[in-house]
Amino acid sequence: MAAAAGPADLATIAKKWKDKRGSLIMALHDLQGRYGYVPRDAAQELGKHLDVPLARIYEVITFYNYFKLEAPGKHIISVCMGTACYLKGAPEIIAKLSDKLGVKAGETTPDKQFHLQQVRCIGCCGLAPVVTVNEKVLAKVKAADVVDQVYACTKGA
Amino acid sequence: MPKFTPADLDAHKAKLLAATAKKAIIKVGLNTCGDAAGAQPVMAAIKEEVAKAGLDAQIVKTGCSGMCALEPLVEVSVGGAAPTQYGRVTVEAAREIVEKHVKGGRVVEAFKVPSVGEMSSEKPVPGKQYRIVLRNCGVIDPESLDEYIARDGYQATKQALTAMTPEQVISELETSGLRGRGGAGFPTFMKWKLTRASRPGEQKYIICNGDEGDPGAYMDRSVLEGDPHAVIEGMIIGGWVIGASQGIFYIRAEYPLAIERIEKAIKQARANGLLGKNILGTGFDFDCEIRLGAGAFVCGEETALIASIEGLRGTPRPRPPYPAQKGLWDQPSMVNNVETLANIAQIVLRGGAWFGAIGVGRSKGTKVFAVTGKVKVSGLIEIPMGTTLRQVVMDICGGTSSGKPIKAVQTGGPSGGLIPENLLDTPITYEDLGKLGSIMGSGGMIVMDESDNTVELSRFYLDFSVDESCGKCAPCRIGGTQMLRTIDKIVARKGTAADIAKIRRIALTMQRGSLCALGQTTPNPVLSALRYFESEWTERLVPATKK
Amino acid sequence: MTVKAIINGIPIEVAEGTSILEAAKKVSIKIPALCKHPDLDHTAACGICIVRIKATGRTLRACCTPLENGMDIVTHDPEIVNVRRGIVEMIMSKHPNECVTCSRNQNCELQTMCADFNIERSDLDNIVPDLPLDETTRAVTLDPRKCISCGRCIQVCQKDQNVWALTFMERGIETRIAPAGDISLAESPCVKCGQCSAHCPTGAIVEYDEGPDVWQKLMDPELHCVVQIAPAVRVAIGEAFGFKPGTNLTGKIYAALRRMGFKAVFDTNFGADLTILEEGTEFVERFAHGKGELPLITSCCPAWVDFMEKYSAPCRRPTTPRRSRPTPRRSTWSRSCRARPKSMRSSATTT
Repeated sequence: MAAAAGPADLATIAKKWKDKRGSLIMALHDLQGRYGYVPRDAAQELGKHLDVPLARIYEVITFYNYFKLEAPGKHIISVCMGTACYLKGAPEIIAKLSDKLGVKAGETTPDKQFHLQQVRCIGCCGLAPVVTVNEKVLAKVKAADVVDQVYACTKGA
Repeated sequence: MPKFTPADLDAHKAKLLAATAKKAIIKVGLNTCGDAAGAQPVMAAIKEEVAKAGLDAQIVKTGCSGMCALEPLVEVSVGGAAPTQYGRVTVEAAREIVEKHVKGGRVVEAFKVPSVGEMSSEKPVPGKQYRIVLRNCGVIDPESLDEYIARDGYQATKQALTAMTPEQVISELETSGLRGRGGAGFPTFMKWKLTRASRPGEQKYIICNGDEGDPGAYMDRSVLEGDPHAVIEGMIIGGWVIGASQGIFYIRAEYPLAIERIEKAIKQARANGLLGKNILGTGFDFDCEIRLGAGAFVCGEETALIASIEGLRGTPRPRPPYPAQKGLWDQPSMVNNVETLANIAQIVLRGGAWFGAIGVGRSKGTKVFAVTGKVKVSGLIEIPMGTTLRQVVMDICGGTSSGKPIKAVQTGGPSGGLIPENLLDTPITYEDLGKLGSIMGSGGMIVMDESDNTVELSRFYLDFSVDESCGKCAPCRIGGTQMLRTIDKIVARKGTAADIAKIRRIALTMQRGSLCALGQTTPNPVLSALRYFESEWTERLVPATKK
Repeated sequence: MTVKAIINGIPIEVAEGTSILEAAKKVSIKIPALCKHPDLDHTAACGICIVRIKATGRTLRACCTPLENGMDIVTHDPEIVNVRRGIVEMIMSKHPNECVTCSRNQNCELQTMCADFNIERSDLDNIVPDLPLDETTRAVTLDPRKCISCGRCIQVCQKDQNVWALTFMERGIETRIAPAGDISLAESPCVKCGQCSAHCPTGAIVEYDEGPDVWQKLMDPELHCVVQIAPAVRVAIGEAFGFKPGTNLTGKIYAALRRMGFKAVFDTNFGADLTILEEGTEFVERFAHGKGELPLITSCCPAWVDFMEKYSAPCRRPTTPRRSRPTPRRSTWSRSCRARPKSMRSSATTT
């Protein structure tokens, strides 16, 4: 997630997808991969390269859950809300984290350190409830320990 | 790398089998779930110990064998002996296993785990696992084309392309009775036949639906991660039968490992003449590419999925025209689910009659389920159709984890319904589950014990469907939200009997008025909870006040 | 090629590809439909037009399903009518109850539908979203709260006009119409063609109403108000006042406008004549004397000019003439009637 991505990246992304039909979503994945979200200017620029109206880009970005319009915090905490995780206490985990961080799911802390979000089933139901912190997966999490576990993951990062 | 001809393929397979020496084989499950449970450090420790001791052992990273709750899983087989499964293996345990079992030949009983139920590998018996779709998962290294070939890989492609006609393949599928495993259960042979017959000679597409959305089902992820070539084979054969030169994998972006493994497998197949121009020297050209989902459950619906591949909002389109007539870029297209495609090669190789002999009634073959919730051993299981729900929960998965009585089993996820304990002897078939107000679905199976609350679980599913409604049509868009508000009122103990009637009325409007299956089935979890557990709803109501 | 089918027991034969909705019309059966506009492709957005296939009992949408050979269709039964009514109720629950103050009052397809189904009250929660009004163009007014997501405006804006000013944003219950990427309509590529408002079934997109402003100006004794009428108005206005279609009402319009307080009434033809003279002069300058670029393309429709300038790169100014709108000019008239130019207010009527 490079913050210092620039126009050169955009041109590369556009070049990679320009000749493939219907590649807008793939190009947006690449864009978000570089920036961590889809900045408005970048979307506009990408649209020019791909010859896609901004209207179409926003229709798509706001339809799909995966795309973010604002820069998330440094650490992304995702609480799985699949059925197994839900039954095994994911709501309590969300509540605990939300309480501790002072933000609701889908929000970023004011100091931009943490972004708390709910995610759809990540397919690890056997390990429910599951929380991911950036790339790290925490399995069989208990609401009582979750805050410490999350902090442990982000220490030094 | 060599490009295979049909003869090469057989020779290569023989060579690979001969090369499998009777040395120690150590397998470590390294799917997303294994990784999450800490299998990476376990793998590293095993490598280190084996190197330190200078052992002649083959260390293989495999896909998921299904026993997710016992991850990290390590399987050890020494000198051709039957393999031993170790579960919940820590780094320390891994070192001990290498020392005692691999080196010393003694099974370490302390870490040994039973398999999820007993695998019946010879004859499919209802109530016992039988693996067709998962046959290679947890067995082979999914990143090794050789290991796949050694397990009859690409033999079906060879068989179809060199010794059969497309009509023969369709006929085998018809005999097999295979139906779509994505949930709806449309006969697969019919889809293939219609797409083959549609606008011959024109550009056609075959699409693999890997947008697994049920928040409690992950069999597609596991198959893509654990046996990617089997799905590619299904795509090649399907492409050849319908006359498509292009295949597209549509996979959830939330499954990075599945995407990586399919990407790798496509490259391997291409390098070996199994994809690309002139496959196996037969003159058939076919290639695959990957498109990613972006977080929309509705994209599991085939017309929405096609819209998404076209780079648009994933909103369903009216059918007809069906994708077979007018699909991707308005060309004839065929969308098949991952699990459906994973069955194809085996049906071609072993014949439709073999497959059709498994299962009951109009539900043939096996079905993979992700059993989770309050169950002792949660994981992926594959059972012959006709197995009862009770056999799955009690015999294969060991009953409830809490020891409390089972309350209900939920199948079909957000589109399915609850089946109460007294109906658990129902055989798992499309028809029987449908009669109970649930559906086969894609394979999510949630076990609830007495401590779980059906009002809240159905609210959970409804909330999911409301959040995932595409917003295109009014009954689903507004009806779902209105129903959710009504349930919230009941949960807050402010509802009256009139609210239950309102829920039923909204449900009917959504079922009849919605354009796609998502909207039509959104009320199912709520309706089934009302049907079987009405008292849990009525006890929350306040008595109607006098007018 | 034709197909033969049965609708409500009536045998029917129609051209292949005819929708069930259209086919039913041919045998005088009205299937209620809200999102489908006769000029546009179906958007299949409301679900009110569901009908039942007798053989399977399944319901499907009449607007987007072609009639097939051998179909036996039921368009009305108690369940179908209840479902339709339920959908209208749902749409109403998300639509503000502001009919009397809405500019589409008594000319609203949703209002009509609501009356057709006798919906007088509903037990559904009121869930009207809190979304701001957009009047930035002063040409069309966007009130996204009143939008029923039928998709007509998006279809005309994107597909027919190729302007891409309007989009659907978000999804599910949050779905709303908005100018491209949540900006104001004035900042968007909108060319104010008005096709969106012309096709909107409710008051979500309406023409910006300058009526109150005109009345204010007319009542101001300091101001000198003039008006012009477009050529089509003199005939088109008749029907609304009960005249036989086609009646020429030039005299009556002039008289009425004078009684309202306009000091002078122009015919747009007059402005058009002036414009043509000016454009002609400009063309001669450019063509014969080389002063300016060619070609010179003109239209008196401001939306057309806007479109050419925004979307056809080679047609940016100065391809369009300096003056292309046939509105009377303040300086010209103020000289003739000796009014102070600053006190001049001009208003125009079009159909």
